[in-house]
Amino acid sequence: MTNHWVDIKNTDLVLIMGGNAAEAHPCGFKWVTEAKAHRKARLIVVDPRFTRSAAVADYYAPIRAGSDIAFLGGLINYLLSNDKIHHQYVRDYTDMSYLVKDEFTFTDGIFSGYDPDKRKYDKATWGYQMGEDGYVKTDPSLQDPRCVYQLLKAHYARYTPELVERICGTPQDAFLKVAGMIAETAAPDRTMTVMYALGWTQHSQGSQMIRTGAMVQLLLGNIGVAGGGMNALRGHSNIQGLTDLGLLSNLLPGYMTLPGEAEKDFQAYLTKRSPKPLRPGQLSYWQNYPKFFVSTMKAWYGDAATPENNWCYDWLPKLDKTHDILQVFEDMNNGKMNGYFCQGFNPLASAPCKIKLSGALAKLKYLVVIDPLATETSEFWQNHGEFNDVDPTQIQTEVFRLPSSCFAEEDGSLVNSTRWLQWHWKGAEPPGEALNDQEIIAGIFLKLKAMYKKDGGAFPDPVLNLTWKHKQPTHPAPEELAKEFSGRALKDVTDPKDPAKVLVKAGEQLNGFAELRDDGSTACGCWIFAGAWSEKGNLMARRDNADPYGIGQNLNWSYAWPANRRVLYNRASCDADGAPFDPSRKLVGWDAAAGKWTGSDIPDFKADSAPADGMGPFIMNPEGVARFFARDMMAEGPFPEHYEPMESPLANNPMHPDNPLARANPAARVFKGDWESFGSPAEFPYVATTYRLTEHFHTWSKHVRLNAIVQPEQFVEIGEELAAAKGITAGDHVRVRSKRGFIVAVAVVTKRLKTLTIDGRSVHTVGIPIHWGFKGVARNGYITNTLTPFVGDANTQTPEFKAFLVDIEKLPTRLQAKA
Amino acid sequence: MQVTRRTFLKVCATGVGTSSLTLLGFAPDTALAEMRSFKLARATETRNTCPYCSVGCGILMYGLGAGAKNVQGRIFHIEGDPDHPVNRGTLCPKGAGLLDFIHSDTRLTQPEYRAPGSREWQPIAWDDAFTRIAALMKADRDANFEAVNQDGSTVNRWNSTGFLAASASSNETGYLTHKVVRSLGMLAFDNQARV
Amino acid sequence: MALQSLDIAARSATTTPSPSARQGFEVAKLIDISKCIGCKACQVACMEWNDLRDEVGINHGVYDNPMDLTDQSWTVMRFSEVEPNGHLEWLIRKDGCMHCADPGCLKACPAPGAIVKYGNGIVDFNQEHCIGCGYCITGCPFNIPRIAQKDGKAYKCTLCSDRVAVGLEPACVKTCPTGAITYGAKDDMVQHAAIRVRDLNERGFAQAGLYDPPGVGGTHVMYVLQHADQPGLYANLPQDPQIDPLVSVWKGITKPLAIAAFAAVSLAGLFHYITKGPNEVSKETEKEVE
Repeated sequence: MTNHWVDIKNTDLVLIMGGNAAEAHPCGFKWVTEAKAHRKARLIVVDPRFTRSAAVADYYAPIRAGSDIAFLGGLINYLLSNDKIHHQYVRDYTDMSYLVKDEFTFTDGIFSGYDPDKRKYDKATWGYQMGEDGYVKTDPSLQDPRCVYQLLKAHYARYTPELVERICGTPQDAFLKVAGMIAETAAPDRTMTVMYALGWTQHSQGSQMIRTGAMVQLLLGNIGVAGGGMNALRGHSNIQGLTDLGLLSNLLPGYMTLPGEAEKDFQAYLTKRSPKPLRPGQLSYWQNYPKFFVSTMKAWYGDAATPENNWCYDWLPKLDKTHDILQVFEDMNNGKMNGYFCQGFNPLASAPCKIKLSGALAKLKYLVVIDPLATETSEFWQNHGEFNDVDPTQIQTEVFRLPSSCFAEEDGSLVNSTRWLQWHWKGAEPPGEALNDQEIIAGIFLKLKAMYKKDGGAFPDPVLNLTWKHKQPTHPAPEELAKEFSGRALKDVTDPKDPAKVLVKAGEQLNGFAELRDDGSTACGCWIFAGAWSEKGNLMARRDNADPYGIGQNLNWSYAWPANRRVLYNRASCDADGAPFDPSRKLVGWDAAAGKWTGSDIPDFKADSAPADGMGPFIMNPEGVARFFARDMMAEGPFPEHYEPMESPLANNPMHPDNPLARANPAARVFKGDWESFGSPAEFPYVATTYRLTEHFHTWSKHVRLNAIVQPEQFVEIGEELAAAKGITAGDHVRVRSKRGFIVAVAVVTKRLKTLTIDGRSVHTVGIPIHWGFKGVARNGYITNTLTPFVGDANTQTPEFKAFLVDIEKLPTRLQAKA
Repeated sequence: MQVTRRTFLKVCATGVGTSSLTLLGFAPDTALAEMRSFKLARATETRNTCPYCSVGCGILMYGLGAGAKNVQGRIFHIEGDPDHPVNRGTLCPKGAGLLDFIHSDTRLTQPEYRAPGSREWQPIAWDDAFTRIAALMKADRDANFEAVNQDGSTVNRWNSTGFLAASASSNETGYLTHKVVRSLGMLAFDNQARV
Repeated sequence: MALQSLDIAARSATTTPSPSARQGFEVAKLIDISKCIGCKACQVACMEWNDLRDEVGINHGVYDNPMDLTDQSWTVMRFSEVEPNGHLEWLIRKDGCMHCADPGCLKACPAPGAIVKYGNGIVDFNQEHCIGCGYCITGCPFNIPRIAQKDGKAYKCTLCSDRVAVGLEPACVKTCPTGAITYGAKDDMVQHAAIRVRDLNERGFAQAGLYDPPGVGGTHVMYVLQHADQPGLYANLPQDPQIDPLVSVWKGITKPLAIAAFAAVSLAGLFHYITKGPNEVSKETEKEVE
């Protein structure tokens, strides 16, 4: 989230689209009801289903699953053509005046540089026109046909209300009603918050859906302001933290990236990641990358990391490709993997296409599952009747199931969706012999280290030199680890402006990432968390909930990254002179007398840079401003374009009916053999979408009796028209099939799923909750991801769980689900 | 008002009960209507964070005993932390049901091992499990570690074993896991951010 | 009578007066259906706090679950898909004891002290004294109490009298994520409801209003309804609930007539109660009155 949960109370309009906050984040959603109650805010829900969020909305508009870019593109067109944009904001804080290379083109759904065989773009043309001064050329008058504004306007002029209705099934009057409400927030004293979640990410074009939403917010001047922002409601309690810490194939902590295998030269690696400003006077904060990187390597490898060995640069594995979960299961299925660890993760239920996953796991030599609960993954080899019909004798995988503690039985910190690092305390011992995760990792690692020390083996250096300074090596303490990722000075750290002035003494904890150095004098495991545990103590454990400015900024509650800042890009809440656009919701402002930025939040800016200096508010971007034109940063193009989901009820993309290359996302990765696993609308005529219920959490809470009581059994939802057509009544058992398998569930027949008219034909939606499986105390059920396609977003490889095709049939008798 | 035979008798019975049992000597005894005693009065309160979604609600866990040596602590009630700025004491049905997560019938309590082709789990001691897992890892890493690629570039990677990290483990666990995984050269590393 | 933090204002089948010198204030729970997302946190928090666990049932083709109140589920959400003004509304009502000012259950109860009304308005069942006859169900205009199979005694929402007695709010109120359930002095809740009704009026719900039915003397659980003119939209919430008039008029018209039935019904009931236990009593008594 750019903003935070409590800040939602400051908004005038809430758009919930690509998410269902009432259902998935009820306690955060309370700030929507607060905004409604105390600011007369309105709530709009755009969703394929009339959801629990819609139940308390002021306006609900239906949309076909997977068509969000068409809707949002329609909004961009509406705002531009009705001149409902925040002019000052767009002029001063975005790239609208930047000139784009003449070679950049867009023809019938495909951008310049496409290679259909590789399904990839050569992005050489996706860039700016550069001047001789080394900066981007601009046209402040916005008249140049190659400026971003003109290109954007032309690109989205095609997204008319008629087209929105045709692709999304949203009636024009409903679309125009929503557009009108949203347009009002272009006024400087009005704002809108966008709350989205996996309803946008889990599509083959999910990243671009989110970008389109962000573009709408930029046009309205709603980024960086109180009550505004693009608010990604993260799914799990610490998925924000684990992503911040870089636990992804291609990442290092703090959104640094691992080198590719072609990046032999250390300096070139650093230079590429430390971009120079693209316009005069801009900060481009990533220029500090070397400080972050060297400090991380010092944290990991201590004295072994030296300038001579490039701080152990070569000890890092170099990427041949991104090994995301889909890639890994593809490799596993092809016999290229021997071992796999699942730490608190149940991929058999959570990843797409169960039959492929199950077959892949059976090809492993060993599988290690670390979990507090008995997961389906840990028993993939065991026969659970219709729900997991396998022959154990044919599966040669050795499986270890290691019991870990749960939240109540450990100390530590989690990062919530609003980037708060919150400390928690242990309340009881884990059951039986269960150990906490740190002890389990230590147990395995220390055995391995001892083996390498004794017997040698492949490249033992990083294993033998990994920092392990724990008072009890087999029990790394949470406090020790937190101090390590927060960072400390190895030598005295001095003020660059006054070398005689010592900022932090050797051995002390750092106050923040501004104190990091690239000469090896600081160690910091995760630069964005720097300062979370300073000499003042554990700031993550702070519990002062005072809100002195009355706008929900609890700066002394826990610790927010970066630098305890609560609203990102908050400099953009002020005009070019540094005065808040809306003084009643002031986050920061330029205090000329003090010569610095002050306010209710930590300024997201160079604190002493006067407005006259002309520094832009988006300091992480080398442009200094926000980008409508994404340059080469997205896989499928600098401007989002509507493509159909990989499995679509339409034979072609109505935007490009004659170009099969532009039917679905042209850059989405599809593995060989998986094309055949996609179904056609002739065989599978209904759009399916999967989701959570508020009573449950993924496949965990079916182990929880209280939650099993209030939502005991697997079901699917269909509209009344489809039910009538299929002779299904509520409570019947139905079989839902995709090309990849089937599930059996109880039918919930509802008015809340309407039949949509798409491109002239009726399209029905089947809604499928995700929570059931064959372990736990709820009624056993089928794994929903039996049905879902093995394809992901072209950028993130997040699986397309939200839009695919199924068929549904009534079963002759109500089957009693086996308990 | 229509008085049927059934309702008439019912009312009679009710009336008899309410007025006449007392006459027959069923006088009120002592402590007739005490409400349940407040069960948290002396419980140990521990602050924690809900492990489900990313709202990060504050919770209060109430445990048996006050930490005396001879007491095995047990959480017996959980409710929202009213001081927490976001949830202000509220919890959704998942947070409100956390007690049954901690004490779930399907919590794992001992390390288990499943041999190739077996239909059964068998218990295994922690040390044996660590030793066996480390040996499997070392054998695979030593056999498949790629120090240089086809172009002769140093790549130092181990792609035949992968690691899926949790979504609810602490930062401290995550940080330690990342360090260990990368030190071994693993790239097949992912978390639940995608799903 | 034990000294306790909640004074008893009325108790079932008792003629001795209740203490009334101390003057507290009435409390109320206000359920704003326009804020309710039907998450069932209240159902879970209620079971958790009160040490109840209902059965893991089956899905009946709707979101409701459990489908009805039981001795283990003292509150359930009732989901209604309605189209009162031509567009869809998903109205979700938290059902449970309304804590009537004039409680029909208490009036109907023949067991001394099994049902009490506290001075703050809470109507509480004391299972120690319950004989399991089920008359409370008959007396309730909202069909709330349920007899447990296990012990043959009647159970329902206590408004968390154990929490309220020490100054806390009921468990469902505390947990409610959206603030659809609020709690306080009844006066304050009525005022708060007025603010909510104005907000709903402004959003186009001209008939929004407070549900505090006078037929039962008002309630200590009240609803804010978007369509106060049509409470039936909300899973058949009664338009004008009344205590079964016969229960009310017992002490007036029917008492003399009933004296004749006294021995047959009451003594038979007592005999069975003493010899066969509470389950038998309720069945036998029910049979006899039919």
